[in-house]
Amino acid sequence: MIDQLRRAYAIAKKDIRIYYLKGPVIIFGILSPAFLFLAFMIGRDLPVDFLIAGLLGMAIFFTSTSVTPVIAPTETQTRNLERLAAAPISVTTILFGDMLASVLFGIVISLVPILLGMALGVTIMHPFILALGIVLAAFCFSAMGLIFSSTPTSMTSTVMMLSTMVKFPLVFISGIFIPVQELPLWGQALASLSPLTYITDLCRYSFQGACHYPVVVDIGALLVFLAVFMVIAIKLHERSLPKRL
Amino acid sequence: MKNVIEVKELTKHYNGLTAVDHIDFEVEEGEVFGFLGPNGAGKTTTVRMLTGVIKPSSGSVSVMGFDLGRHPIRAKETMGVVPELSNAYTELSAWNNLQFMAELYGVPKRVAVPRAEELLTRFDLYDRKDHAVKTFSKGMKQKLITAMSLMNDPDILFLDEPTSGLDVQSARLIKEMVRELRKAGKTIFLTTHYMDEASQLCNRVAIINHGRIAAIDAPEKLKMRIGGLQYVEVSFTAPVDVSDLSALPGIAGVRTSGDKIQLYTDEPDRTIRGLVDYSRSFDLEIVTLNTLTPTLEDVFVKLTEEV
Repeated sequence: MIDQLRRAYAIAKKDIRIYYLKGPVIIFGILSPAFLFLAFMIGRDLPVDFLIAGLLGMAIFFTSTSVTPVIAPTETQTRNLERLAAAPISVTTILFGDMLASVLFGIVISLVPILLGMALGVTIMHPFILALGIVLAAFCFSAMGLIFSSTPTSMTSTVMMLSTMVKFPLVFISGIFIPVQELPLWGQALASLSPLTYITDLCRYSFQGACHYPVVVDIGALLVFLAVFMVIAIKLHERSLPKRL
Repeated sequence: MKNVIEVKELTKHYNGLTAVDHIDFEVEEGEVFGFLGPNGAGKTTTVRMLTGVIKPSSGSVSVMGFDLGRHPIRAKETMGVVPELSNAYTELSAWNNLQFMAELYGVPKRVAVPRAEELLTRFDLYDRKDHAVKTFSKGMKQKLITAMSLMNDPDILFLDEPTSGLDVQSARLIKEMVRELRKAGKTIFLTTHYMDEASQLCNRVAIINHGRIAAIDAPEKLKMRIGGLQYVEVSFTAPVDVSDLSALPGIAGVRTSGDKIQLYTDEPDRTIRGLVDYSRSFDLEIVTLNTLTPTLEDVFVKLTEEV
């Protein structure tokens, strides 16, 4: 178990070196949610702490799901996958390594909206809950990204299309632009199916002290989504890996 | 000698087709075992099952006493693998690729650092150790991939077409490394298309065709197995009609290779006399005339045509 964790860490280091420490990836991770956010928020009279909470939720969501979907197709194309498959590591270890790199990336990028909020006078009322939420959400969204990458293809464009088709609708149903309590009942039901809803709610709690769901429900929901996404990702990758070779 | 690889009834079906069909064989400790077969015969599928990359449909593989189905991690820790279509991480340096392999195989850093230095020196890559692999030539990449497979000091090394497409110097270096590893007592499972390479390096070879093992034996014994087919190789100063030669007495078959003609026969003396008479009657001069025993390639062609 410890050996496999160490090997997952080696995969995470490899991923960071190859996929994450690239200017465009970092810039995309910050700019993409920022522009989307500004497009919907300019002209609306909303408090800064509400805006920053939403921006933070989106930043974690976009950064944690940005690279994990493309690692498996890229390594299929560059013919690195067979070497990994022949190494003494399980599919779970490979995926956990990919997830770990994504989580670190998500956490680091999440500092940008936090620092921006602090510069604008936002105070963090519950820093521990915020930190816990960011880490949990980063794991959860990274696992979600792994599900996208399980498609047995070497075409990153195919995976990115699939990923975008799921990611963008989620942004609109997760209480980022309109608070969940202001949504109609069907909207609230829909929001409860999105993991992004719960991290946004936790961020609002951390910055504003108020949230739609109890904190325990937010944390519990993120944990459940993480477990479900991880199990699905492992099963799908175990099935798709031989088809990639 | 103990068996370090044991394959029993190994089978793989793909979409209703049988790629590997109930094959059995053993590889002994310290031998270089060649695995030959035409394209699509099931070589790569077999190697992928032996290295734990894909799961068999049925049958079992045991490596160094570990059942690959039940203890894949333990079994894989004893192996080094050079897959046929593998690549190093081109964005990383040679050094980082080697260290990554060491970490994947659980090699401690105090061992990994000197081993990487030794391998890079051995493969003449030390000066380029900090360069990204994307700047390497094909030969340099293949040498690095081979070095990567040795980072865990494996008991068994799987080499799938290790010299394919390489320049002469790089291919010689890799063949020399195989000989050294054999001397050091390592077991090598070598898949190759090059019959000369298999003949020079392997203690035993298995020939697979249509997913089944056509023969397993030492190269020389396999050659003896088709011993009836010796051949006389001849070349003349002027082109000749090959059909005239195939009509000579005792000829079982004729092949051309460049300006040389190979006449398969079990009566070489009678064939040589016939050739001399032929050259006289057409006023031709014989440039070369050799009596040869079958090569591993002949064995391969004969066996893969038979099955």
